[in-house]
Amino acid sequence: MERDLTSRSHHDMGGLEAGHIKPVEHNYELWEKNVDALLVLLTSMSPKLMSVDQLRKGIESLPPDAYEKMSYYERWIFSITQALQYNGVLTTKELSRKLEEVQSRYETEKV
Amino acid sequence: MKTSSTNERDTKNIPPTTYYQFLEISVRELLIEKGVLSDEDIRNAVKEMDSRGPELGAQVVARAWVDPQFKQSLLQDAPSAVKALGLEIGPVHLLVVENTPEVHNLIVCTLCSCYPRSLLGLPPDWYKSREYRSRAVREPRSVLLEFGTDISDEVEVRVHDSTADLRYLVLPQRPEGTGHLTEDELAALVKRDSMIGITEVCFSAI
Amino acid sequence: MIPLFQTGNAVRVRKGSPPGHIRTPFYVRGCKGVIERVAGEYRNPEELAFGRFDTPVVPLYRVRFQQQEVWPDYQGSPQDSLDVEIFEFWLEPANPEKT
Repeated sequence: MERDLTSRSHHDMGGLEAGHIKPVEHNYELWEKNVDALLVLLTSMSPKLMSVDQLRKGIESLPPDAYEKMSYYERWIFSITQALQYNGVLTTKELSRKLEEVQSRYETEKV
Repeated sequence: MKTSSTNERDTKNIPPTTYYQFLEISVRELLIEKGVLSDEDIRNAVKEMDSRGPELGAQVVARAWVDPQFKQSLLQDAPSAVKALGLEIGPVHLLVVENTPEVHNLIVCTLCSCYPRSLLGLPPDWYKSREYRSRAVREPRSVLLEFGTDISDEVEVRVHDSTADLRYLVLPQRPEGTGHLTEDELAALVKRDSMIGITEVCFSAI
Repeated sequence: MIPLFQTGNAVRVRKGSPPGHIRTPFYVRGCKGVIERVAGEYRNPEELAFGRFDTPVVPLYRVRFQQQEVWPDYQGSPQDSLDVEIFEFWLEPANPEKT
């Protein structure tokens, strides 16, 4: 059976060699639960604002080192943000302004 | 029903510090400002997720153990059987796979992290890890051994890769010596990992 | 849509894998398996991933593979199996084994 190794995507890891499974789990933080909740809501609205397939595709598009370094819900919020822009729910400009505002809000509180 | 995975740090007290935490806040606030969803929608969705845990799956397993007719209908049409039990699991295309003396089932999602959340709650980190997703399909027996589960060579190990719309729940074997237990006592024996298939249900008479 | 395959049919997984969102795992492409069941009809995730939410449903199958046929160096029992959900357009009829 032939295998074409050049067409394998980074997320498509079934059968690759890997080390021991660390039986860890962590209690999800509120921001992570919020991300999960956003995805559930956005994909279950009628009409839906994004699909879970768009979520997965966005995550799969991450370069390998980012995929490995980012945490599970970091990958999710990255992908949700992309999908919402692609679908026209949010604009990049709106996100940019809001991000500036949020970052300075918390950075001011630190002082 | 609260699960043991509820986070006590769930909180308003710890400020966001990472870019992705700022991103979550930004997306959420924008969606609320635009009237796409409300803060209450999000809080309800979080509460709903928090209410889901393996106790639900365990209830289904225990009922299947004591009621052969329920078990048959569960194996044939899990969503209808679970609904008839009075459990709301949402629009999930559930397939229950039964462990027997001949077959031991193991569930994985090699491509991402598909999991029967409405019956088990959120998946553990290890289920989503590179190590599990890579190795469970190729060397299930050594993966099982890492979790202390030794399946004899006479038993077929069957791995299910959850690649599309179905979601899987393993119906573990009922342990020996439990004939005298009530349905609730049986359910208490059934841990999450046995419904993923990575462990079996144990019982030791004290 | 009438499913092309039925339970028990021998099938082979196709191989062409362009960039896109694909739910047929790499490790099973080109492998021969048997239809374990017709799992229903669902919208094509490859299209849903591009925001085409009204794409039509297509038949989905659970295909059973023998581990020994998927992995040349499989370390386990000869009867161990692997069930994967695969959409119809990823499958073609295989020539059944003569023996």
